[in-house]
Amino acid sequence: MLFDYLPIIVLIIISTGLAGIAVLLGHLLGPRRPTLRKSVPYESGMRPIGPGARRMPVRFYLIAVLFILFDIEIIFFLPWAVVFKKLGLFGLVEMFIFIAILLVGYVYAWKKGALEWE
Amino acid sequence: MDVALWIEWIIKALILVLGLLTGFAYLTYMERKFLARFQNRYGPNRAGPFGLLQPVADGVKLIFKEELIPAQADKLIFMAAPIITTVPALIILGVLPFGGVVNIMGREVPLSIAGNLNVGVLYIAAITSISVYGIVLAGWSSNNKYATMGGIRSSAQMISYELALALSFVGPIMLAGSLSLADIVEEQMRIGWFIIYQPIGFVIFLIAALAEINRAPFDMPEAEQELTAGYHVEYSGMKFALFMMTEYIKMIVVSAIAATLFLGGYHLPFVTDQPWGVWLGPFILIGKIILLLWGIIWVRATLPRVRYDQLMAMGWKVLLPIALFNVFLTSVIMVLFPNWFSH
Repeated sequence: MLFDYLPIIVLIIISTGLAGIAVLLGHLLGPRRPTLRKSVPYESGMRPIGPGARRMPVRFYLIAVLFILFDIEIIFFLPWAVVFKKLGLFGLVEMFIFIAILLVGYVYAWKKGALEWE
Repeated sequence: MDVALWIEWIIKALILVLGLLTGFAYLTYMERKFLARFQNRYGPNRAGPFGLLQPVADGVKLIFKEELIPAQADKLIFMAAPIITTVPALIILGVLPFGGVVNIMGREVPLSIAGNLNVGVLYIAAITSISVYGIVLAGWSSNNKYATMGGIRSSAQMISYELALALSFVGPIMLAGSLSLADIVEEQMRIGWFIIYQPIGFVIFLIAALAEINRAPFDMPEAEQELTAGYHVEYSGMKFALFMMTEYIKMIVVSAIAATLFLGGYHLPFVTDQPWGVWLGPFILIGKIILLLWGIIWVRATLPRVRYDQLMAMGWKVLLPIALFNVFLTSVIMVLFPNWFSH
């Protein structure tokens, strides 16, 4: 069973090696003349204002939490879809209930304004 | 363990990775040439005949450029982020079947790396999620406010559209009854390409995939006018090239996945069914990929960039409900008319 994944591991090793070589080549062959001005964060030629890592709107965090919720629920669709032909009507009814529960949360998030962006 | 098997895997992995790299180089050429024609220009035509050596010239130039690392950057993550971004794009196609089984010097060689892996579609969904990390880390480690904003924007956009993307996979899985891409292609040989059964799913896949790979009209993370260049603003030289490479390789990858899930993969009626047609499989798949790539470039030339709030609203309020409805509709039709899908 796990034997099937060996070619994928070979592929991962080869592509990591290639990406590593590319970064290394750039390091070895490029010139290196750092100055104070060059190592300042780039802000279209202006002096940078404020710190680089700053606070982000909480919206992004909300999106991330919603994503985790919905993504897990969507992952449940995949095994169901594989056996759907065998389940027939039973599978349909069960998935209907599942989608209904999913929709309750979705409508709640929408009504609470979690999906609004301003 | 068979040594020949290991050699076969290494050769196939090398062919795939080097093929993707060549594909990337000539995809940039193709895009610049087509965009130029759309805008009534000539495009690159100086390096070599018809400018065909332009990608090589670009690559050589980027290797010999100075690499800058901002003073306050997190050096280790800053160096690792391009690699973390590139590797997932290169390994997604490991589960894609490029053709049937061929006979090379008395050896049965399937034209894929792990095409019959029984979790194929799940693998694709998982690996696409990993590439978000590289982009966020690149934006965060640069310690530049535009890069951070670009990275965060990008991650929010990618995870929002991943929901619709994953839901558009469900239709083909239901029709084929398998997560393995090889089974999905074989099922399409029997009952016809899945685009006939899944037109809504195909459109959802295309839109969500464009957003997932940050292509126009959803290229918000690198909106030059607002974020200078987004998450890779501090990168230069070969590390910058790796980010560009990832973006173009992802174009190839989503085209290949769309071709396999909805357009019959390496199958073409009346041609690949012939005994000699098995060798044509990879070329037919590449032909379909090129057609889809042409569509992606066309979209970039035609549509303006959408606003960020509109983009998020479309992902959550339009695409997600339509994708759910599509799954529901497919399941109802499959229960009502089971003999349409049997063989």
